Amino acid sequence: MRIFNYRLVIFTLSLLFGVIFSIPSFMQTDSGKKISLGLDLQGGLHMLLGVQTEEAVVSKIKSTAAAVKYHCDDESILIEDLIIERDSFSFILLDEDEVTNLDEMLSTVRGLDILKTEELVYTIKLGQPEIELTKDMAVSQAVETIRNRLDQFGLAEPTVIRQGKEDIVVQLPGIKTAQEEQRARELIAKPANLEMMTIDEKMADQVYTLSPEKIKELGDVVLPHQSDSEKKYLLKAIPVLTGSQIIDARVAFDQGNQPIINFKLNAIGAKIFGDFTGKNVGARLAVVLDGKVYSAPVIRERIGGGSGQISGGFTIDEAGNVAIALRSGALPAPVDMLEKRSVGPSLGADSIKSSMIALISGFILVFIFMIIYYGYAGIIANIALMANIFIIIAVMAMFGATLTLPGMAGIVLTVGMAVDANVIISERIRELLKQGVSISRSIEDGYKNAMRAILDANITTLLVAVILYAYGTGPIKGFAITISIGILASMLTAILGTHGVYEALLPKIQKSKNLRKWFGIK
Amino acid sequence: MEIFKSEKTYNFMGKRIPFLGLSLFLVLASIGLIFTKGLNLGVDFSGGTIVQVQYENAAPISKIRDELSKTTKYSKVNVTKFGSDQEVILKIPTSTNSISVDIGDEIRGILKPTGNFEIRRVDMVGPKVGGELKEKGLMALSLALLVILVYVSFRFEWRFAIASILALIHDITIALGVIALFQVDVNLDILAAILTILGYSLNDTIIVFDRIREGVQTSKENDLDLVVNESVSKTLSRTTLTSLTTFFVVFTLFIFGGEIIHGFSFTLLIGVIVGTYSSIFVAATILVQLKFSISNYRQNEAEKLKQKQEKDRMRAMYEQGTV
Repeated sequence: MRIFNYRLVIFTLSLLFGVIFSIPSFMQTDSGKKISLGLDLQGGLHMLLGVQTEEAVVSKIKSTAAAVKYHCDDESILIEDLIIERDSFSFILLDEDEVTNLDEMLSTVRGLDILKTEELVYTIKLGQPEIELTKDMAVSQAVETIRNRLDQFGLAEPTVIRQGKEDIVVQLPGIKTAQEEQRARELIAKPANLEMMTIDEKMADQVYTLSPEKIKELGDVVLPHQSDSEKKYLLKAIPVLTGSQIIDARVAFDQGNQPIINFKLNAIGAKIFGDFTGKNVGARLAVVLDGKVYSAPVIRERIGGGSGQISGGFTIDEAGNVAIALRSGALPAPVDMLEKRSVGPSLGADSIKSSMIALISGFILVFIFMIIYYGYAGIIANIALMANIFIIIAVMAMFGATLTLPGMAGIVLTVGMAVDANVIISERIRELLKQGVSISRSIEDGYKNAMRAILDANITTLLVAVILYAYGTGPIKGFAITISIGILASMLTAILGTHGVYEALLPKIQKSKNLRKWFGIK
Repeated sequence: MEIFKSEKTYNFMGKRIPFLGLSLFLVLASIGLIFTKGLNLGVDFSGGTIVQVQYENAAPISKIRDELSKTTKYSKVNVTKFGSDQEVILKIPTSTNSISVDIGDEIRGILKPTGNFEIRRVDMVGPKVGGELKEKGLMALSLALLVILVYVSFRFEWRFAIASILALIHDITIALGVIALFQVDVNLDILAAILTILGYSLNDTIIVFDRIREGVQTSKENDLDLVVNESVSKTLSRTTLTSLTTFFVVFTLFIFGGEIIHGFSFTLLIGVIVGTYSSIFVAATILVQLKFSISNYRQNEAEKLKQKQEKDRMRAMYEQGTV
């Protein structure tokens, strides 16, 4: 008569939901939302990278100095002694009449702290808010750049997300071999800072004898050749052009069939490049990539059209990496490895296999034990347990959650707790039955008596799970999520669900009166 | 089937001194172990690198040590067998912060003469991350204990809260003692196991406390010892049953779960045993030792009930418009 009670209806609906939405995860179908396996289970590479944000500030100083220099050259304002430090740059304005012009230009650049003396010595720093902003931008830009590079590398489902203030989490589940991993790491690490720099022709022959102080005073830097680190070049510190103006870069081959990289500049870059080469025919222009000089050809004529090439002993893989890195932009600051976990696919498969065998045999033991101990009540509890597992899997699949080893542990704990709820209820019912209370009363009161204990126990565990989620990292978070879902699901299955089943079966139980069969007592 | 006769009341409180003594001994011994042998912090918390290598044939451990000792960088590496004869674990105290230079690759090069092998896992944790993980882990653990304290005080009474926290500390300390004794590597998975024990043992304790609360509220008995005895006895078959089922799952995890989760399942195994013991013999005992007073509790409850009735009466009057 009470087959269609509301508890049973809700339970059946949620069981259906659980089964339907967990099918894609169990069958590993292509369509439908499914649980993704964590890197510890499917193999892959997990990295935590730290962006050296201080360096982004340094390069911002450098590019601001370059902008000032370009403006002054363009407007024929004479400046002298341009010196770049890590956190500031300074120069002397020679032309007193141009103070307003220069100040106007500087005022268009955001966030500068400008110190100007009577003698028109300018010392320029970044203001604190601008430093913070630059650092913040550096991290988000690094995330963007790394994501672009990995997308173009062609790995399945790379994840690149920011974590906290200056860290980046990179996850590459698709990595299968050590070679692939190495290439991916090199691709990420490549700063890909391309600079076109002029050689200080006046002093170039003294490159090996100049003191560091003198070099700085000249506004120069010394950089090595890419393959022969003994060979040095004396370059003007401020580059003519940087990689930020590149719109495309491709691998090609030269006459000797060596890989080279052809790149193309945007309109502004093309204009600067054209103007510069036009004015400096006969001088040398160095192509500098990540602080190493690749070539320093003599400019024979004005180069229009805005394309150029980098050559110099690349392997094909290297050239490919450089091209991808140039296309997807430079890293705004160097990136450090803070944490790396790589799991080979075979190990992941082994872990899944052994933990699955363990979990399933554990469950079977529990199932058998419950039936022996409680009779039909044990079967009902087992149904609730199965439903619970299905619902956990389904909800995790819907949220696109990842299943890791600690996550599996979370499932063990919840299954334990879900069994527990039914054990508590069954014990209460037995107690009442033994006192001679009627079957229907025993069931109703058994649930009522057990409810408070179950709720208190579940709520405290849920609170702990929330804290773990808030303060935990990676695997602990996964553990907290599974527990939370499991506890909520167990309230539905173990408390509401089994109650509904008893209600529906009540007429039958009352008719049979066989307490041994139904509840495992005499 | 039944394990314990639910009608029988066992005299737990009568034997509470020996049990408290045993617990105190175990806790002190554990603290002693933690301080003398020390916890073996793994790479997750101390920083460093772990390389897991699987050979086609039995791993030539002495040859591996020879090759490593030829290098300057890796001469202090600890090589141990891992699970099967084919697999070894290399524990390297250092880490590298360069993305393109990799310890795994370097080890691959060094071990080349030792035979055919595959590097199955490289875990590298830098010092900054290790410190952070340690800090966050401890923070999570202490905050969890604090929240439990508040919730249990609110739902039960402050002595219940203190007793449950002490029981939890008892369980965690003993688990850590065993971990120190067997020199299990303490990594994030062990932290997860400790937290699982925390959840599990708390669950057990609350079920027992709920029965005591019920006993205090419903029975006429004024002697706390008797109420506690009766409550613990009544929950005894439930406690045992749940522990057994959980034990089954954890035990199969320990036997079949594979080498990687060995530490984890081992810790859980200890936790289930200690957690069960403490919820039967320790938590309620502490409650009695704290001199929880039944009459005061009843008085407070009666007071609360009276206030609630008064409020309801006022509300009823208000709704009828008589105020």
